[in-house]
Amino acid sequence: MKLLAFDTSTELCSCALYLDGQISHRSLLTPQRHTQFILGLMEELLATAELNLSQLDGLAVGQGPGSFTGLRIACGIAQGLALANNLPVAMVSTLAMLAQKAYEIHQVTQVLSAIDARIGEVYWGSYHLNSRNIMEKQDVEIVCSPEQVTLPTTGHWYGVGSGWDRYGTLLIQRLGPLLNGHQLGQYPDSTALLSLALDQFANQHWVTAEQVLPVYLRNKVV
Amino acid sequence: MLDCGAFLCAITQSTRTYARDLLTHPTENIMRVLGIETSCDETGVAIYDSQEGLLAHRLYTQIAIHAQYGGVVPELASRDHIRKLIPLIQQVLKESHIVKADGIAYTAGPGLIGALLVGATVARSLAWGWQVPAIGINHLEGHLLVALLEQPAPTFPFLALLVSGGHTQLIAAQGLGQYHILGESVDDAAGEAFDKTAKLLGLGYPGGPALAQLAQQGRPHAFEFPRPMTTRPGLDFSFSGLKTHALITWQTSAQTDQVRADIAYAFQQAVIDTLIIKCRRALQHTGFTQLVIAGGVGANQQLRQQFRQLADRLHITVYYPRPLFCTDNGAMIAYAGHLHLTAGHTEPLSFKVHPRWSLNNSA
Repeated sequence: MKLLAFDTSTELCSCALYLDGQISHRSLLTPQRHTQFILGLMEELLATAELNLSQLDGLAVGQGPGSFTGLRIACGIAQGLALANNLPVAMVSTLAMLAQKAYEIHQVTQVLSAIDARIGEVYWGSYHLNSRNIMEKQDVEIVCSPEQVTLPTTGHWYGVGSGWDRYGTLLIQRLGPLLNGHQLGQYPDSTALLSLALDQFANQHWVTAEQVLPVYLRNKVV
Repeated sequence: MLDCGAFLCAITQSTRTYARDLLTHPTENIMRVLGIETSCDETGVAIYDSQEGLLAHRLYTQIAIHAQYGGVVPELASRDHIRKLIPLIQQVLKESHIVKADGIAYTAGPGLIGALLVGATVARSLAWGWQVPAIGINHLEGHLLVALLEQPAPTFPFLALLVSGGHTQLIAAQGLGQYHILGESVDDAAGEAFDKTAKLLGLGYPGGPALAQLAQQGRPHAFEFPRPMTTRPGLDFSFSGLKTHALITWQTSAQTDQVRADIAYAFQQAVIDTLIIKCRRALQHTGFTQLVIAGGVGANQQLRQQFRQLADRLHITVYYPRPLFCTDNGAMIAYAGHLHLTAGHTEPLSFKVHPRWSLNNSA
């Protein structure tokens, strides 16, 4: 299978290529300038693999939550490329990407993902590793203040994402002994996106160009 | 993770950005161009064919979404563009009986940044996927050039009066990409003044067309409004004072339906007279004998009629796009894109939008 994954939901602009078991990836911190870099990074990945877009079997995109503009850039790219080459698209949660990355780096099995949502809120989700080594959400993803997030009452959990960078002190205090560690400075990235997307494709869970839409979570914007 | 600056150097050594630097490639086979417009609250998509003209055009307006807020809410506009754009593209491709275009043009500015980014991103990515060239178009250039789609069509050079909700400009158009702004509004655009005056007369949002409709019942000379900035030299406009004048006139009046119509008439006539006075000056200044009226206010029937009379008096020719193409649309972007792509202008994969993009030096 040949799969191209990309995410621009945060300050990090990243993409990854899965080529029948081989993974290559590129990422750059390009706040507010993703449109100047992302397609070039993707082209570089394909060129290195001597592949062109029409040879791909599918796309994978970080659907959100995250920066509204960033989500529309990733979804707009997915829409355009999917329409051009009639490609299926796996839509993947950025909170799940954070959890999957935490598992792949630290082998943790229960993760609390938090992305700073500005105006005193976080995008929040809790994840548990399933039998296929894929992070699965335990509850609906939400946006609310870090004081209001519903925390687990049992088990050992690992914290990750920019919400922990910003509200770590409060969250650590609230979780107490249930927290077995957390990592700062982490962004959703495309290698974890590939793992989740491959699982989705294996389960026929994908959409077509016109169905590619961001998941903002924050829907009250006026 | 690579250093961003180093990477930029690496990938952009041979690539440049539109408006400042264009790539020029021989492009002999630009037959059909897909045009995408998402600069504000209309999603417009069209396909222009160099042999057969417009093959299809579709427009989706978001007016109903924004009406309850009394103005365009940028985030809601962006969210709706990304929902509507792909279905509209699929529809125009189907209506054109083609599966891909030979090039894609999109509005790169001026406009709302989030809204522009949706069109630019989809357009640039679709072009990459199709392996065809892409070009970002100045929205105002689209408005100017769409008159060239009509028969008879003007030829360069011509004077253009661009009157819309966002702009009021007098432009000397010398050739493709060679535009010089001779004068513009120092405050409200003409269309904006129509909408604001309509709002304070209780005509809803966007009330410009309703105000023009109401003016038909107004009595000439019931009120006389000033003709702003016409007694001093120059080609700039100012319309915000007219709105205030309308408000004061209304507040100190008997506030009957007839008075409302009379104010609408006096306001509209003041705007038209002002535009005519400045246009006549600009025609004298440039010596041009062709005048193109573009932009949403250009669909106003009274304005069209009075400009025709001016043209007869001055022995010049005035050109109007069909009313559908006066407001924002994809056809004007497809057509302007066709002209630029045929001239060999294309863009690299690295793209940007320009929320504030003057028509001066726009190519």
